[in-house]
Amino acid sequence: MISGFSHVTCYVLDQDRAKAFYTEKLGFTLNTDVTMGDGFEGAGHGFRWLTVSPPDNPELEIILADPRMGNDDESAATIRALVAKGALGTGVFATDDVRKTYEELSARGVEFLQEPVERPYGYEAILRDDSGNWFSLTQHPAGGAS
Amino acid sequence: MAEPGRPAVPAVFHLRRARDLMDRCFAEPLDLDDIAAAAGYSRYHFVRTFRAAYGETPGRYLTRRRIERAADLLRSANLTVTEVCHAVGFASLGTFSRTFSELLGESPTAYRARHAAGSPAIPGCFAMAWSRPRTAISDKPSEASQP
Repeated sequence: MISGFSHVTCYVLDQDRAKAFYTEKLGFTLNTDVTMGDGFEGAGHGFRWLTVSPPDNPELEIILADPRMGNDDESAATIRALVAKGALGTGVFATDDVRKTYEELSARGVEFLQEPVERPYGYEAILRDDSGNWFSLTQHPAGGAS
Repeated sequence: MAEPGRPAVPAVFHLRRARDLMDRCFAEPLDLDDIAAAAGYSRYHFVRTFRAAYGETPGRYLTRRRIERAADLLRSANLTVTEVCHAVGFASLGTFSRTFSELLGESPTAYRARHAAGSPAIPGCFAMAWSRPRTAISDKPSEASQP
């Protein structure tokens, strides 16, 4: 039986900047940052495995992936363009207090597309990472989604 | 913008900042200069390159975003059609109703009545992201869609 989600891929334009954004602005914990040699498994490009986790959710690793990971140059360029133009969304972040989190992240310079608004399933804001990926930030009502 | 040793950022990255401005500030009286400035473009190059990247002009994108947000409010908020019209940045109720009908195929009043029984269980972020260029909207400029 599948027991859950442990890793999710998020393509980023610049791994150094993404590492700083996710750890310093979003407040995530750096999980792994390892660069393999150019010859590693044919991956080339100094293949770098970079993952972060929400502090209270260390079992989930977000892979801040170079679009060249496993891709030919043309495919990587296409992914980069899609990320940059804001076409890709990665998922939903959960929070216990979306208003407070919105204020904190905004103060650190995180760009929001939408302030927290009430939804049937809770309160939701929408943000972008520094590459252009969008995320929902949702506070579910106590006791789970209604 | 590219620094040595760093991957260059695709040019569309800057256009997206302008689109984000429209997504964020759709209720405000944005003009084309404001929007182009968010991307660091001149007006002329901005409209052309934005259309090439996103399949419609920035003015049309802003109109569509306003109508999409209006539909969202009509589904979920206890506001009159006039209040919704102003809440999403339209000055004229007539223009709002006509544009809404052109895009969604029914009037704001009919749309609200149809959704009075409750919204489908679709997350707002998904509905916002799903909103995309369509061919149904007319090309004639409206008051809300700057040239």
